[in-house]
Amino acid sequence: MDMVLETDRLGKRYGGMWALRDCSLHLPAGRIAALVGPNGAGKSTLLHLAVGLLRPDAGSVRVFGATPHGNTGVLTDVGFVAQDTPLYRDFTAAELITMGGKLNRRWDAALARDRLAQLGIPPDKPAGKLSGGQRAQVALALALAKRPGLLLLDEPVASLDPLARREFLQSLMGSVAEAGTTVLLSSHLLADLERVCDYLIVLNAARVRLVGGVDDLVAEHRRLIGPRHDGGPIPGVAAVIRASHTDRQSTLLVRVDGTLVDPAWVVQDISLEDLILAYLADGDAQASHEAWGVPA
Amino acid sequence: MIEFVLDGRSKINTYVQLVQQVKQALRVGLLAPGDQLPKVRDVAQSLAINPNTVLKAYRELEIEGLAEGRPGVGTFVRRTLASASLPNQAELRTDLVAWLRRAQAAGLTPEDVTALVSTTMRAEFPQEASA
Repeated sequence: MDMVLETDRLGKRYGGMWALRDCSLHLPAGRIAALVGPNGAGKSTLLHLAVGLLRPDAGSVRVFGATPHGNTGVLTDVGFVAQDTPLYRDFTAAELITMGGKLNRRWDAALARDRLAQLGIPPDKPAGKLSGGQRAQVALALALAKRPGLLLLDEPVASLDPLARREFLQSLMGSVAEAGTTVLLSSHLLADLERVCDYLIVLNAARVRLVGGVDDLVAEHRRLIGPRHDGGPIPGVAAVIRASHTDRQSTLLVRVDGTLVDPAWVVQDISLEDLILAYLADGDAQASHEAWGVPA
Repeated sequence: MIEFVLDGRSKINTYVQLVQQVKQALRVGLLAPGDQLPKVRDVAQSLAINPNTVLKAYRELEIEGLAEGRPGVGTFVRRTLASASLPNQAELRTDLVAWLRRAQAAGLTPEDVTALVSTTMRAEFPQEASA
């Protein structure tokens, strides 16, 4: 399988703080991947490393097999929409499209104009005077005008109202379907991600907690509900990701590696949202116990 | 051409919902052999869902022999699920409407009607009802 993005023990440090550490992952071609984690987990750092805006302090990052930092050849094939979709505020959408044409080797101005015309975005209004949703659409149209093989989006819909968010995701899915672009998109909006993404990367406290295809990940996790569990091994369970207990009952979110035969457990399928929340909570507890120097 | 709708509250997988909607349309004769299914791009855009999900649904329909992909053109219906009884359904429906009016006049609520129909079906077609 072709890998569009690969990292190997990738790390980035700001002063003495690791913003990203021991990050090893790969993103296969044609996937739409969600990058999920709390604020400060290292999501933006990973995206900035992938797009060559940052240089790694440890390990390596490869995009289409090449190192992105200072590599204009490979960056021709990468589109990036940064957080809060920054645009030159005094430039109109039409001027931004012209500017993109001067700054990029490959540039499909007609595609950008078509998209913005269809969305009813005025060509002659300064970007600073457009609505948040319109600015996001302009930023997306500019990124897509490069006809990138890989599109990176840093919380593109976080500041949009529900309708603008829906319209943004509609344009994104429509253009991805047409061009077969690989997408990596960070977001906190789990309900959107469930519709849109088929690949998942969970970061927490500067580390990768979970990577893989959504269907596979959901299929290999279950919720077990049963009598209070003392922590011993359960046949068919590879790992307990999250456990909560009352004095009589235990609820476990587990990764399975075989058939669950013990009839004491009620077994439930889980949603992508349940899965993400379990892995985020797991990382929090671990990091906190390490920070306080007490056993988990 | 049909238009897909997703039930956001449903726990059913998105691709399964798409497959079920095509099958439903085939059953009631809304889609017939030769009809084109909506283009992957259009479905992905209008529902704001991953195009791979639509492809997966269409592949599933192909595996079941209900649809076929024609490269560069689209996906088309190959066979129908409407049974030979389809032409008779209009008349049966008229009878059913008349019966429902009588049930209503007799004071049955929609829940009463559903309960009566399902118990009667279990009694009259024991094998099929349990399948």
